[in-house]
Amino acid sequence: MTKRFWLASLLLMLVLSVALIGCSDKEKEEETKEPATDEQTDDTGEETTDEESEEATEVKDTLVYARGGDSTALDPITTTEGETFRVTENLFETLLNYEDTNTELVPGLAKEWNVSEDGLTYTFTLEEGVTFHDGTPFNAEAVVFNFDRWMNGDADQFPYYTMFGGFKGDEGHVIKAVEATDEFTVQFTLNRPQAPFLKNLAMSPFGMASPAAVEEYGDKFTENPVGTGPFKFSEWKRNERIVLEKNENYWKEGLPKLNKVIYTVIPENSARLNALMTGEVDLIDGVNPSDVERIKADDSLQLLERPSMNVGYMAFTVNRETPMADAKVRQALSHAVPKDQIIEAFYGGLAEPAKTVMPPSIEGYNDDIEDYEYDLEKAKSLLAEAGYADGFEFDLWYMPVPRPYIPEGQKIAEVLQQSFAQIGVTANLQTADWGTYLEKASKGDFDAFLLGWTGDNGDPDNFIYTLLDKDSIGSNNYAYYSNDELHDVLIEAQTITDQAKRNELYKEAQVIVHNDAPWIPLVHSTPVIAAKKEISGYIPHPTGSEPVTNTEFTK
Amino acid sequence: MGAYTIRRILMLLPVLFGMSLLVFSIIYLIPGNPAQIILGQRATLEAIAEVEKQLGLDQPWHIQYVDYLTSLLQGDLGTSIKTDVPISQEIFTYLAATVELTLVAMVIAIFIGVNAGIISAWFHNSWFDYTAMVFALIGVSMPIFWLGLMEQYIFSVQLDWLPSTGRYEASSVIDPITHLYLVDTLLQGDWKQFVDVSKHLVLPGIALATIPMAIIARMTRSSMLEVMRSDYIRTARAKGLGNFWVVYKHSLKNAVIPVLTVIGLQTGLLLGGAILTETIFGWPGIGRYIYDAIQYRDYPVIQSGILLIATIFVFINVIVDLLYAFIDPRINYK
Repeated sequence: MTKRFWLASLLLMLVLSVALIGCSDKEKEEETKEPATDEQTDDTGEETTDEESEEATEVKDTLVYARGGDSTALDPITTTEGETFRVTENLFETLLNYEDTNTELVPGLAKEWNVSEDGLTYTFTLEEGVTFHDGTPFNAEAVVFNFDRWMNGDADQFPYYTMFGGFKGDEGHVIKAVEATDEFTVQFTLNRPQAPFLKNLAMSPFGMASPAAVEEYGDKFTENPVGTGPFKFSEWKRNERIVLEKNENYWKEGLPKLNKVIYTVIPENSARLNALMTGEVDLIDGVNPSDVERIKADDSLQLLERPSMNVGYMAFTVNRETPMADAKVRQALSHAVPKDQIIEAFYGGLAEPAKTVMPPSIEGYNDDIEDYEYDLEKAKSLLAEAGYADGFEFDLWYMPVPRPYIPEGQKIAEVLQQSFAQIGVTANLQTADWGTYLEKASKGDFDAFLLGWTGDNGDPDNFIYTLLDKDSIGSNNYAYYSNDELHDVLIEAQTITDQAKRNELYKEAQVIVHNDAPWIPLVHSTPVIAAKKEISGYIPHPTGSEPVTNTEFTK
Repeated sequence: MGAYTIRRILMLLPVLFGMSLLVFSIIYLIPGNPAQIILGQRATLEAIAEVEKQLGLDQPWHIQYVDYLTSLLQGDLGTSIKTDVPISQEIFTYLAATVELTLVAMVIAIFIGVNAGIISAWFHNSWFDYTAMVFALIGVSMPIFWLGLMEQYIFSVQLDWLPSTGRYEASSVIDPITHLYLVDTLLQGDWKQFVDVSKHLVLPGIALATIPMAIIARMTRSSMLEVMRSDYIRTARAKGLGNFWVVYKHSLKNAVIPVLTVIGLQTGLLLGGAILTETIFGWPGIGRYIYDAIQYRDYPVIQSGILLIATIFVFINVIVDLLYAFIDPRINYK
């Protein structure tokens, strides 16, 4: 009796599980067969196997894009967070755009522009016949409306608007007035010249929103975004997915190519890659350097590299009473960093050694600078010259979280520690949670620390001035580095609009910084994206976000 | 029994009050400045001070606590700093996702765990007993993180049997009613989506079930063994009562109390402990909601999330206590 009972229940379980798998498989087959037969009847009669036609019909015009985190908002001006822009790039368009692979400017909603001699008046001629998703026309009034909205806000509401030097009424505010001179011409008058002005305009947060929709939805606009972009907003389920649909009335002929885009969230990097390999999603970002080989080995996948626009560095807080207040000591330590070894070990080779503040993808990069080569003997003799032949001790802080420019802070810090030990310098490794870390760094509490920066607008000013000018102490100059010569060069570069001349000035600035060595620039990392092989037309942009207007499935 | 029930429920009040105080204090225990986190690396010191003022973080703590409690009592769970959405509006979607996953995991864990435990006890020292207990030992010590990724690799990537992430196929839309998708799809009579949702539950369900399953199996086994060794079962067997069903009925009823405790405890633990599973399987549940909030120092979300889970945990305990009394009338109510 007992034996029979157990046998029977075992059998029952077996049957049940087989039935479940069987029934779900059948489901799948039916699903794929139906459209497949459709295709075969009305198609050219070309013979296709079941599998192929499954791809042809199912693979489709819907792109599923998986990423590590959800957007915080869908109104791009309300945030500085990259996951938001990745989506809003498709919904909103800016007056100017960046080139596909670099940060040079091309027309956007403005087809032409010109700048007055004194750099104070910018006139834009807008595209005609563009409408917002809600059907209202895009014109000069709409541009004025958007800028009025932003400049009357504050840093908490519109954080990136501070790129224009503050808000209406602030002393540093760059924009004096925005006026519509006729229906499709808009004129900006500035209080003082701002060289990166045009590059700023191309940043995703400054996408044009429909005035009618902003007024209708008010605070809820961020959940009901309306722009002129290639896709329309359809649905947002927080932490699950964002669905965009094709804008049938898009002003560029024949675009977009996809019908639907779905952004989903899979927080764990390896799990996201698993989902790509099973075909549940079509494209993922945030690939672990260690998984690159696995992707290369898979015939159904492709690897896309994003041009680097970042820098990971080790900074010295130069105003503290440590040996590192002496430039010679900083130069000595600069000679003791095995950058190639770090890149090999922690970036899977997907990075290049940094020798200056900004990456080569930025205009004005000074390639003539010669990096401090890895030479421990030279480091030792420099230390001795500075009076530290017996070395010294300091605290080296590393960040607790992976960043795009420094994926493994602790391990990189350990390599630095070992290398410094060889020249008699003891680095005590320290860390804190990310919030505390940033706070302490900004207050100048660290002897030395690891950090990095990803560019906002592709302008050299956004690296050198933002990170190392004396004006930026208290905001992003965590090294508390102050050099009047550098300051003069940077301010001059900010006030002229001749780009070639500016580039020369920035090259000069990089030489000054190189000699003073307030930082040891470590790497410019290359983020990678993995996608199904049949996806084409997806071009990763250095800024970290790009629309999928030209993306399509080729099979 | 009735009086006991009422007393047991009244005892909840001080517990809940204490919990709110504890959860509120979390702010002061987590290091790091929330304003800094919110504004990120690009923040200036003035901007940070500004945000602190807006969040009321510059007020003394007791004033903040009274404010907090008052709004809680009015059903206001606060507003998320990150998304600027009232928490009460969004938290239940996440909670439902976790509850669904937890229930499925518990059903798997109880079904397999209890049965394995009984069989092991019944066929004490047999090959089945040894194998089951070795598996149980592996189960309790299995890192969920590794298990989850392995499941995905084997059953999704290699065998292509089951989906690896999410609650349903990304391209299909489910209109939520209860936010428990198994229920919703059934209510809507959408069989195809029901199967889809079920399939998405299998891998995370098993990953989450593994530890409680192992604990329940071991608990059931030892509890059953103890009961089976007791005099009255021995007597029953000596009297020739060899029939599995009879003994099974006698022993299971008496063995079930400690097992019930474990089940109650584990359910509560799973509710809060699903973070890893939810992260790996892209499951939009409350564990991940709180985890994200911690990353972002989204204090209102951390507080409300933990408070909600703790409350459910306490209620599950009450239910378990009441079940004891129901099953075993000897339990002393005083």
